[in-house]
Amino acid sequence: MSGTFVGMPAFPKAAHEAVHDRTLRGNLRHATHTIRGKRAKAVAELADWAELREAGKRIKDHTLRHLDRYLVQLEESVTAAGGTVHWAADADEANRIVADLVKETGESEVVKVKSMATQEIGLNEALEAEGIRAYETDLAELIVQLGKDRPSHILVPAIHRNRGEIREIFAREMSEWGRPAPDGLTDTPAELAEAARLHLREKFLRAKVGVSGANFMVAETGTLVVVESEGNGRMCLTLPETLISVVGIEKIVPTWQDLEVFLQTLPRSSTAERMNPYTSTWTGTTDEDGPRHFHLVLLDNGRTDTLADEVGRQALRCIRCSACLNVCPVYERAGGHAYGSVYPGPIGAILSPQLRGTASEIDASLPYASSLCGACYEVCPVAIDIPEVLVHLRERVVEGGPVTRAGNKVVLQPAKGHAAERAAMRAARWAFSRPGVLRTGQRLASRTRRIHPRTLPGPGRAWSGTRDLPPVPAEPFRDWWQRTQNAKGGAE
Amino acid sequence: MSGRERILGRVRRALADVPRDDTPYERAVVRDYLPEHGERTVDGTVDLLAENLADYRAVVHRTDADGLPGVIAGLLAARGASTVLVPPGLDEEWLAAAEVTLVADRAESTPAELDRVDSVVTACAVAVAETGTIVLDGSPDQGRRRITLVPDHHICVVRVPDQVVSSVPKALRRLDPARPLTWISGPSATSDIELDRVEGVHGPRTLEVVLVG
Repeated sequence: MSGTFVGMPAFPKAAHEAVHDRTLRGNLRHATHTIRGKRAKAVAELADWAELREAGKRIKDHTLRHLDRYLVQLEESVTAAGGTVHWAADADEANRIVADLVKETGESEVVKVKSMATQEIGLNEALEAEGIRAYETDLAELIVQLGKDRPSHILVPAIHRNRGEIREIFAREMSEWGRPAPDGLTDTPAELAEAARLHLREKFLRAKVGVSGANFMVAETGTLVVVESEGNGRMCLTLPETLISVVGIEKIVPTWQDLEVFLQTLPRSSTAERMNPYTSTWTGTTDEDGPRHFHLVLLDNGRTDTLADEVGRQALRCIRCSACLNVCPVYERAGGHAYGSVYPGPIGAILSPQLRGTASEIDASLPYASSLCGACYEVCPVAIDIPEVLVHLRERVVEGGPVTRAGNKVVLQPAKGHAAERAAMRAARWAFSRPGVLRTGQRLASRTRRIHPRTLPGPGRAWSGTRDLPPVPAEPFRDWWQRTQNAKGGAE
Repeated sequence: MSGRERILGRVRRALADVPRDDTPYERAVVRDYLPEHGERTVDGTVDLLAENLADYRAVVHRTDADGLPGVIAGLLAARGASTVLVPPGLDEEWLAAAEVTLVADRAESTPAELDRVDSVVTACAVAVAETGTIVLDGSPDQGRRRITLVPDHHICVVRVPDQVVSSVPKALRRLDPARPLTWISGPSATSDIELDRVEGVHGPRTLEVVLVG
């Protein structure tokens, strides 16, 4: 994945800083609560939601199970329709392919539709290094790009900004990138949207190269689908002469009919709409309508490693709706930046450590960025059991074990930081299997309870820093049982 | 080794634990979701379309074939439009009453030229009642995708009840995936500022749908 987040502190530290930012917490609370209620209403309109969810899950599972076959079929269909297919095993390969394609056109700027895949690979930075300027055209991405900021939400990357902050960024930065913000710009959302329209229009009208991702790719027809709201997607997909789409290999569905499931579940889960304002579908190139050249870059970048994990592979069902972020109590308080990845929230906590591995501090800590309350699983339109994968990944971090990295099977060492916990568990196992030892230990604990410290010393300090130590009763349970029950038995 | 071979090899190794399964796709996925939601008469479906279009801020008008030229002329006059883009196969009658300069949808036009046109009038391929959606497929009466994108005012004519289906599954069955499709549900909008919906960003900020039948 991208180097953007290299060196991020572990989740607990990043989150600790974020929860003390009152503005951030207010912004997140307002936005997530707004969308939660709306989503619930939009979902309740469909009596067959459970059946749609199950069908979506099965379509994705079936596709993943036969992914090699569908990738080859997709390549054939796209090629037959006039497109060119490229394969990129990692971020560097994908960035190289896109940069070379842009250079072939002789252009030095591109307009971009919001795309998680291109953020994941750090495409903008890679193009910048080659002298190519990439303009983000989604409103929230524009806010992030102008503010020299990082995205904090899958659907609404600038969710951490309120309208006042957005006004300030537009007024200050737009002139650096092109048409300045109108004089006297206020913070009403309609005026801010108008400012973005004016600023970006000159870029759309002169653009020769567009870069996009895709929400779905249909193997049987070679059709790509982009679901959006603002029309910036349509601009990038239809006005340029060359279109380059970078899409994760897990975005395939087998048939055209499969879209009937996801075009019902995605908009309602995502923006809580019956249907998003614009959905574009295209199959290769069309004579005299839209781009004359179409390139599809199929991206692996850790996806096949994720596919190799029997429990974790269900994360590849994700359709990036972000419903799990909006309901998550941890995300609501910590915000997206603390997750140190373009994929924040519950889905990010299971996707990032699988796509990137758990070698870094941030990735090893992500499976713990959850209270396991399960709200994410409840709302997931493709039924990803996020808590199950979180627990599985925690075990991986603590115990180590076999994983696949860059296509190779390797064995992870157990995490060092958990040595004290493992020692404590070993001691517990030893004591619990020896009744005499356990009894002596419990009695000792009861008798000394007045002098127990309130926090643990040494390696236990971190544990007791956020928890109260359980009070030890005056008498062990077994002693109490023998004293009271035996006495009763005697009376009868 | 090429990227292609490397990725396909990785996929096959990743799936080594999965037992072989040759169940045909039609049987692998149970589709017990509904083909449409609720029972309605034909008129009821058209009413639902009108209601849902309006819910997402499209302006809905209803008329019959005889009244259509007058309605379109009225909408263009009210807007103060003097130039109007028309796809090559649009029924000439539709604009017969409008006092405007017609601009043809041509491959040579630059985006900047389209940006100077006031309005665009098109037909559609299908409309979806449950979601309040109109779908364009680039047929001669709908034109290239960009003509309904760059101008700020789009008038779309839907022939009711023939072109109206109740649900997304029914719409997909009527559409040809080989054609470039644009599904439109209300004017362009964004939820990017505090997750609250605001209408009007890059696409036409005014969408008027005329139901003719």
